[in-house]
Amino acid sequence: MSKLNLNWDIVKEARIHAKNIAKDVQKFIDLHTTVSVERTVCRLLGIDGINDFDIPLPNVVVDHVKENGNLGLGICYYIGNAMLETGLSPQEIAEKIAALEIDITKLPKNDIANIKAVLQPVVGQSLAIIKANRKKRQEYYVKYGKKVGPEIYVIVATGNIYEDITQAVAASKQGADIIAVIRSTGQSLLDFVPYGATTEGFGGTYATQKNFKLMRKALDDVSEELGRYIKLVNYASGLCMPEISAMGALERLDVMLNDSLYGILFRDINMKRTFVDQYFSRIINSYAGIIINTGEDNYLTTSDAIEEAHTVLSSQFINEQFALLAYLPEELQGLGHAFEINPEIENGFLYELAQAQMAREIFPKAPLKYMPPTKFKTGNIFKGHIQDALFNVITIMTNQKIHLLGMLTEAIHTPFMSDRALAIENASYIFKTMKDISGEITYKADGIVQKRASDVLVKANNLLAEIESIGMFETLEKGVFARIKRPANGGKGLENVFQKEQGYFNLVQEAMIAELKGV
Amino acid sequence: MGYSLEEKKYSKILDLTKVKPYGDTLNDGKVQISFTLPVPLNEKGEACAKELALKMGLTDPLVAHAKALDDEFSFYIVYGNIIHTVNYQEMHVETLETNKLEMHEIEDYIKTHIKREIIVLGASTGSDAHTVGIDAIMNMKGYAGHYGLERYQGIRAYNLGSQVENEVFVQKAIELNADVLLVSQTVTQKDIHINNLTNLIEILEAEGIRKDLIVICGGPRISHELAKELGYDAGFGVKKFAEDVAYFFTTELVKRNLV
Repeated sequence: MSKLNLNWDIVKEARIHAKNIAKDVQKFIDLHTTVSVERTVCRLLGIDGINDFDIPLPNVVVDHVKENGNLGLGICYYIGNAMLETGLSPQEIAEKIAALEIDITKLPKNDIANIKAVLQPVVGQSLAIIKANRKKRQEYYVKYGKKVGPEIYVIVATGNIYEDITQAVAASKQGADIIAVIRSTGQSLLDFVPYGATTEGFGGTYATQKNFKLMRKALDDVSEELGRYIKLVNYASGLCMPEISAMGALERLDVMLNDSLYGILFRDINMKRTFVDQYFSRIINSYAGIIINTGEDNYLTTSDAIEEAHTVLSSQFINEQFALLAYLPEELQGLGHAFEINPEIENGFLYELAQAQMAREIFPKAPLKYMPPTKFKTGNIFKGHIQDALFNVITIMTNQKIHLLGMLTEAIHTPFMSDRALAIENASYIFKTMKDISGEITYKADGIVQKRASDVLVKANNLLAEIESIGMFETLEKGVFARIKRPANGGKGLENVFQKEQGYFNLVQEAMIAELKGV
Repeated sequence: MGYSLEEKKYSKILDLTKVKPYGDTLNDGKVQISFTLPVPLNEKGEACAKELALKMGLTDPLVAHAKALDDEFSFYIVYGNIIHTVNYQEMHVETLETNKLEMHEIEDYIKTHIKREIIVLGASTGSDAHTVGIDAIMNMKGYAGHYGLERYQGIRAYNLGSQVENEVFVQKAIELNADVLLVSQTVTQKDIHINNLTNLIEILEAEGIRKDLIVICGGPRISHELAKELGYDAGFGVKKFAEDVAYFFTTELVKRNLV
């Protein structure tokens, strides 16, 4: 039942607009591939490690084909062909390429059917690992139960994976349900994934497969100690979206930040590049049972939370459709929004309430990700703690799911262990003392909350209609979201987008889609 | 804790050469501190917290709250009376002349004193991905009711966004014939901002254009004093808005005869 008396015809209309917008972009996606998509395929064919210059082997292999062959045919073709010719495994072939002992673009060409046949079992192996991870996660849920109510999400960001583990374990014991390891500043712009355990980073810790493995192990241990499954988050965003999704799938991450729009707007990543990357990335996340988090909350850090609220809702609609096209079900769509209204505004809390309740009703199955106040944090830790408390109240009143805790020291430093503990104490107290409040309240007919939700919905629908008519690329060029303008052919990474040639195939993607569709 | 029934023995005179914190009585020196120790929560941990407070110059430290954060970590909130004093009268600080002009007054000032458009380039440089600071100063809409530089008549503002390399930033400055550079730095972990800010000045000097430009940095952890030390003309921290920055560079352009 709607507490907001929303007009469901408008919701339906908005969804249709969003679907058409996403489908239009999908036409472009289907015709293209990127270096990161192909490197992801390498990783899921078992290629890992680095060469003597610390360049990851997936990069070595893809760059080799890019320079000497035709990446538009897909890396599968070249690796499969080389396997037939040499009898070697993909990893051995990669090592030979790194040692300059082989040029896989100059080998005799085998029959496509045979190439696919030789790759099939290799693909099967990786998919089996991912499926086993999914099963293991499910077993934990069966054993310990799933968390009812909001899940408390905190970040660690020391730069050193071992220090991160200390903080993550402590936070878990204090009551956190989800731990995110913030990435080192600037990783989103690296067109490769760093390798191995890392102890140096700025504002965060590099996302590497080894770091994923170390943190997952530590959280599994503490999960077993506490009898609660602690989820692990990282960032499948930036220039390596699908690669990081693949690494997360292999190491059983549970949540991935995963939003092209965020990369385009806030990291100036080329839109064509990242839409193609996002598609494969979301397929992998879906296959691995990884919840995605989208980045709409960030819009409000640069534009006004009252005036631009409808852009958040529009983007949620679009992200929902992009996810569905990538076979990612609603239950894994952690659509984002945030508590960022200026605390000086009269009735600001009511507008926050309207927005949060509206998102809840429009996306009933989505594990919504709700972000805390940051923009209007001042360094006054005492006021900050109250701002966070009000944010916590909205979450419990509107049943948000992935609840990212605010820190009283936001705008001062990356959280201390004690900051996190105080934040968890704050949220736990509110979630307990107000546990069932959402079932007890209704909103006044045509009151401030209902009217606000209705206004935002209407504006979002109008905006979606406009985007549908001009297309997504032009919308981004015009600066509709977050008031940031991005040219379709500007930004980082466009030079590494390739048109698919006749005969292109990506066996990993095909196999995943076939299973996701239940074929 | 309750109300203190002890007789208060503090001096009743405010001596500006010996200033102390004020709790509820002049010269009581009351402060509150909180910290975490990497030791378990027990009597020994609490005694350590007290000892540490004593070493910091707190008399009668009171551990008001102690909590275990993990098996090997404990958190303390401590109150005490600080023994130290400061001499307010002799305190020296580097401050900027306070701006008293509003946006329209600054626009008029440009019209009458500079008589041309001022080219302002802003960016969050280096690996820093945060745009909140530079946006607050530059965006049309501004921040907290203070319009950004993009809205000012007489100012042509270019916001290059985040993660702009210093080399690219300088190149752009030359290309656009900039008068003013605004650098925002939010991430300060391991002093990355210091290196990055220093590097920009070095590049400007190598290009021989430092003296032709007003170079300003800003960010939550940046003070005017730090900025001067690093070779900038000014530094703006929290609670500074577009008009503060604009007032500084417009008057500075006139002062340095760069009009």
